[in-house]
Parts: sequence; structure tokens; C-alpha cells
Amino acid sequence: MIITESLNTFGRYCLFMKRVFTVPDKWRVFFSRTLFEISKLGVDSIPLVIVISIFIGAVITIQMQLNITSPLIPAYSVGLATRDIVLLEFSNSILCLILAGKVGSNIASEIGTMRVTEQIDALDIMGVNSANFLVLPKVVGFLVYMPILVAFCIATSFLGGFFVAAFTDIIPVSRFIYGLQAFFQEWYVWYGFIKSLFFSFVISSVAAFYGYYVHGGALEVGKASTNAVVASSILILLLDVVLTKLLLQ
Amino acid sequence: MIEVRNLTKSFDGKTILHDVSATFETGKTNLIIGQSGSGKTVLIKSIVGLVRPEQGNILYDGRDFMQMDASQIKNLRKEIGMLFQGSALFDSETVLGNVMFPLSMFTTMTPAEIKDRARFCLERVNLKGADDKYPSEISGGMQKRVAIARAIALNPKYLFCDEPNSGLDPRTSILIDELLLDITHEYNITTIINTHDMNSVLGIGENIIFINKGYREWVGDKNKIYTSANKALEEFVFANDLFQKVRQYVLQNEHPDAVK
Repeated sequence: MIITESLNTFGRYCLFMKRVFTVPDKWRVFFSRTLFEISKLGVDSIPLVIVISIFIGAVITIQMQLNITSPLIPAYSVGLATRDIVLLEFSNSILCLILAGKVGSNIASEIGTMRVTEQIDALDIMGVNSANFLVLPKVVGFLVYMPILVAFCIATSFLGGFFVAAFTDIIPVSRFIYGLQAFFQEWYVWYGFIKSLFFSFVISSVAAFYGYYVHGGALEVGKASTNAVVASSILILLLDVVLTKLLLQ
Repeated sequence: MIEVRNLTKSFDGKTILHDVSATFETGKTNLIIGQSGSGKTVLIKSIVGLVRPEQGNILYDGRDFMQMDASQIKNLRKEIGMLFQGSALFDSETVLGNVMFPLSMFTTMTPAEIKDRARFCLERVNLKGADDKYPSEISGGMQKRVAIARAIALNPKYLFCDEPNSGLDPRTSILIDELLLDITHEYNITTIINTHDMNSVLGIGENIIFINKGYREWVGDKNKIYTSANKALEEFVFANDLFQKVRQYVLQNEHPDAVK
């Protein structure tokens, strides 16, 4: 029952994507809308990303230091663990789970409301491919901007750890910095960026899918936006497992 | 001219439209009237293609809509303007932006020409000074006018209106009705209006199609409606006491032969 239902939903999602990924009617309109979406979905998320990253970076550093106090552990371990946690999981998977809540619910409720108030019908009647017109700029805009959000996240997380070292006596600054630089693997950065691109596509397209097929009124729009966040979160975690296996082994 | 032939549509096994045929004439306001739930919205949505009927033909000046492929439908839709019940203006665009939207999507006009044309359309619907406002900042009657301006921006051959007067006061309703009538005559548009407002029926009903329980019951115009022998139509149009009195008066003065 659940299997046939999810297959059914996946099939409808694929058909929806087929309509989204067509050539835009007017490139000029598409580019201006994409810029608008970059500013709305991407640039406006920067404050949230910075706040979360600083705090989580600080917390990871404190936790590492408090929990690894054995004299047998090398000096670089706290900085190294902080760095790798941020690079491998926090700056992409966890960040995208948080953004699924912010961006996903925004997209689903916006498109859902347009459906309920017949704005999507109005687009269709005019002869505009509404799926392409509304969704493609969001998907492309968020995809393009995602690496920048990840970079912000990485940088500010380290800054949060640095603040702990600088303003408290939990760990000396020199030891933290030494740890940050020890045994650095460049591939971890690329791995994070690659994962984030997949997640950003999941967030924007799944949310748009749930919003686009809303029937009814305010209640259903709310439900669609909840479903969008739940579904994209699960898909992100699922993809995380698959991508980690593929990219790191 | 739009011809509908033997249209049948059902939802979940329940038939909403039974074998409906109708002709909507060019340069006239064609009214589809009927009670709530009689199937008139389904009829209008079938004609524009938002709902796909199971059977029947829809001919736009001889071109069968049911036989068209996606690109032909897309081209046909450039000739169609539609006014939705809730206006369906884009929240993210200003009043001027809403009217400019179809022009910037489907014409090769320069931005200045687009602006001029949009301003002209807004003036045509007697709306001035609201260009930079957002749809949420203007009244319901103004929203309807913006929606009309947007619908006529591309000089459509066919104009569809789904209950243009719902939620408006009687005076504003009459203004909207007259505006639709004027535009229809001026640009020779095939206008199809879905309504249950009796003021519109008696005011601008040049060609009236009465739908009752999914069947087409009666066809005529606003003058014939007084003398119609159809019981369901009479009960629907002249539902209250005042309208009954009006009917009696009109019958006695203008159609003395029809009074039994």
C-alpha cells in the first residue's frame, strides 16, 4: 500500500520535473526571475546560516575539548574533529535540513497559495508553462547559490570555534588553529559541496511539487508545506547515506 | 464564434454535464446562467481546457479544441483572455506589472511600448493612479478591473469571465457589466460570462444559455426571458418577489399578448 503510493507520488514528481525542465518561453524573463529567486531564497538565508554556524561551531569545539581530556590524545584532536565534523556533515547535510525548513516551506506555501487563488490557472490560460515559469528559476537560483551558503557556513563555524578559543580558557588558540590545519584533506571540501548541490535540488523541487498540486484552501496549503519539509528532510538523509558511500569509499 | 457540441463531463462517476450544446456568438456578451452547482463553472473550464471533457467537440471558429496538440493549444491560448472569480492577480507584481505580464511574455514589443499598451488598457477600464500599487492594496472592484485590463492586453478574440460580479456591490457590478459589454462591442470579442447575478442577466444578456442540473435547458436573450415558458428558468431568474413584480409589469406593458 505504502509502496504503491510512494511509487505513484514519485511518478507524478518525475512527470512534474519533465514539465519544469523545458526551455523557458522568454530567456530575459527567466533570468530576471532567477536573480530575484537568488536574492529571496539565497541571500536572505545568509543571516540564518551565519547565526546557526557560529553557535554550532562554538558548541562542537567546547564539546570536543570537554569530552576529550585524556593526556594520551594528541594536541590537534579538538581542532581536527571540529573541522571534519563541519566539512563532512554540518556544512551540507545539517545545513540543508535547516534550509529545508526555511526555503522548502517558503516555496511550497508560495506556490500552493498561487494554485489556490487560481494564479496558476491564469498562467496556464495565458499559454505560459506555469511549472517551468514558476519552478525552474527557484531550482536554478537555489542550486547556483547553495555553494556560497555552504562556504559561509564553513567559514563562520570555524569562526565560532575560534571565538571559544580566543575568549574562554577552554582551549588555547594556538592549539585550536594547529588542529584545524592538521591532516587536511581537500576532497572533504569538494565532497561537502557536491552533496549540498544534490540537497538543494531536492529541497526546491520537492517543495515546489507539493505546492503545485495543492487542492482546496488554506488548510491544504499548510499541509502541503509540512509535507514538503518532511519529505525533503527524509530524502536528504537518504541521499546523504548514498552519496557518502559513493564519494568517500 | 465558439460552438460547443454534445459536451459530457463527469467527476468520480458523477456526471456534471449531460450532452450540452451551445453557440457563443462573436461581438456579443454570451451568458451562461444557472444555480450554484449546476455545472456552469465546469462548462466554462471545459471550454478553455482547464478541465478535459470525456465527450464532445469545442470549436473555436471551426478549430476543434479537442483535437489540438500542445503547441496548437498554446497558440490558441494567446487569443484567449480570462477573468477569474477571485481576479487571480499576481501578488508579486504591481497593477501595471500584472497588465504588462502577458505583453512581456508573448510579444516582441520594446519595454516602452509594453508600458504604453498596459497604461492604455488600464485607462480603458477607467483605472488611473493605481499603477504602482500591489493587488492587496486595492479594492475588489479595482482588482476586477485590473484583471479585465490584463485579459484584454493581448487583444483577445475570446474573453471568458467566471462570475465577474461575485463579491461586488450592485453599483460596481453594473459598472463591470457595462465595461464588459462595451469592450465586447468595441473589439468584436466573443465574450462568455458565467453568472448568477440577475442584474447582469437582465442588463447585458445578449445571448443567454441556461444550465440546470447539468442539462442545457434554455437559450435566448434578455427580452425573451420574460416570456419564457420554462418553469425552472422562471423560478431561477425571478426568484424573489421584486423580480416577480418586475416580470409581471414588463409582461403587461410590453408583451400583453403573452399574459395568460
